[in-house]
Amino acid sequence: MVDKPKQDNEEAPKGSTAFLHVGSSPHLSNSRLTTQRMMIDVLIGLLPILVFAIVIFRWFAILQLGICTVSCIAFEALFSAWRGKPSPLWDMSATVTGVILGLSMPWSAPWYIGVIASGVAIGIGKIVYGGLGQNIFNPAMVGRAFVMISFPAAMGAAAYLDPDGTLKIVTQATPMSVARSSATPLWPLFLGTVNGSLGEVSTLAALIGGGYLCVRRSASYEIPVGILGTIFILGGIQNLLNPDSTFTVLHHLFGGPTMFGAFFIATDPVTSPVTRRGKWIYGVSIGLIIMLIRVFSGYPEGTMFAVLLMNGVVPLINRWAIPIPVGGPVPVRAQ
Amino acid sequence: MVNDQPTALERFINGILPENPTYRQLLGMCPTLAVTNGMQSAMTMAGATAFVLICANIVVSLIRNLLKPHLRILVYTLTIATFVTIADRVLAAYMYDMSKQLGPYIPLIIVNCIIVCRCEVCASSQAVHIAAADAVGQSLGFTLALASIATVREVLGAGTWFGIAVMPAGFPNWVLMVLPPGAFITLGLLLGLVNWLTALWTQGRKAKPTAA
Repeated sequence: MVDKPKQDNEEAPKGSTAFLHVGSSPHLSNSRLTTQRMMIDVLIGLLPILVFAIVIFRWFAILQLGICTVSCIAFEALFSAWRGKPSPLWDMSATVTGVILGLSMPWSAPWYIGVIASGVAIGIGKIVYGGLGQNIFNPAMVGRAFVMISFPAAMGAAAYLDPDGTLKIVTQATPMSVARSSATPLWPLFLGTVNGSLGEVSTLAALIGGGYLCVRRSASYEIPVGILGTIFILGGIQNLLNPDSTFTVLHHLFGGPTMFGAFFIATDPVTSPVTRRGKWIYGVSIGLIIMLIRVFSGYPEGTMFAVLLMNGVVPLINRWAIPIPVGGPVPVRAQ
Repeated sequence: MVNDQPTALERFINGILPENPTYRQLLGMCPTLAVTNGMQSAMTMAGATAFVLICANIVVSLIRNLLKPHLRILVYTLTIATFVTIADRVLAAYMYDMSKQLGPYIPLIIVNCIIVCRCEVCASSQAVHIAAADAVGQSLGFTLALASIATVREVLGAGTWFGIAVMPAGFPNWVLMVLPPGAFITLGLLLGLVNWLTALWTQGRKAKPTAA
């Protein structure tokens, strides 16, 4: 694409001063808009969450994040070499997958779970489809779903709870697993001083990082707004129907990985719809599925499954939500 | 025309790897995915399928001159159904637990496309000994495929092989591998592996004449 205008210039008849170049899209107005820049943006957005995770879970967080990030990068290098492709490590996508995967782990997960999840995330979640940009499902969530179903004992609600834990935080049950019986006070839930997966605990950190991503437009604001808005409306209805319930709509918004998922997992540009209307459909549907799983299913939390399910229908949404081009709809040609 | 068709030995060898029913023809996916969560059930299924396939191929080959073109599929199905019923009842009588475990998949051998495919491709146009060799080859190929998938799934998913513990104590079972998603993932990865090995093998054979 880069040398095309040059060719046209050479072919232009001599003597003609005005030359209008007409090319087909995509028109890159800014050559710095690369995958790498976007991924570094995501990493910067993840920084507040990383800091919170390390402050709250100390060495457990560092250990999990280290295992997942190093394994993801190693698997990416290994599989790319196996396919005979140039190493795509510079685009940072494996690092982002590793960090998000690490942040979605329980603090207590044994080392092999991080390694298996990374291998599945990079191998089955990404490389088998042909690498970054071709994958249907969010790689980090594929990896997490694999280990979550494979090792329920190490990934379920019980894994988070350790009554004899050296950290005070891990002696309490996670807010989402006790949601049906008791409610956690809102302020710790917002700040993040509760038990849970490493990256999901702090709503504040996710808001700071997510806000940065949306301002930088590395993440589309439609998706998190759609998810959070739907949860707010449905949680609000549930709240109005059961006014005595201690688990309010704010608990739904602040608890579990709602914020982390909405800003960092659902917004993955590869696995989310392309058009603005599609992004709204996608976000609202994820919010709907999250609420369905939380209220009616046996799992305490369903952001991961909601994102994976909606990833599966993104190609369909992309076909539905084709925007009307300038000048009116394209006439359908009779066959 | 008869001379163009493969001989008994070619049919037999083709069935095992070059035209493996699972990995090369992608037939019989239903039992491949459904019963490979353990070696015992996979091998029972392979045995039952082999019995039905060999018997059906022989019978169809014997009556091949009587077949009317527009009724042939019906005749295949009835022939296959007869032997499936025999296999199903024998299993229920002598291996009751396994019969329970396999559930509807034994009766479903009737619609296993490997068998109809072999009746149509080989038995309906070739002599009995060729049809029998073809059936044995295809059965071996199917058994190999089921065994490879079931080995991966049972060893990773339950830490056992034929119900005998093979992994060291403390091995965390990958529960997902004995669940349906594990079947799809294992089949896909093994299929990729077989295609990759086939490509390497073909390249190696092509490279030899040029080098020589």
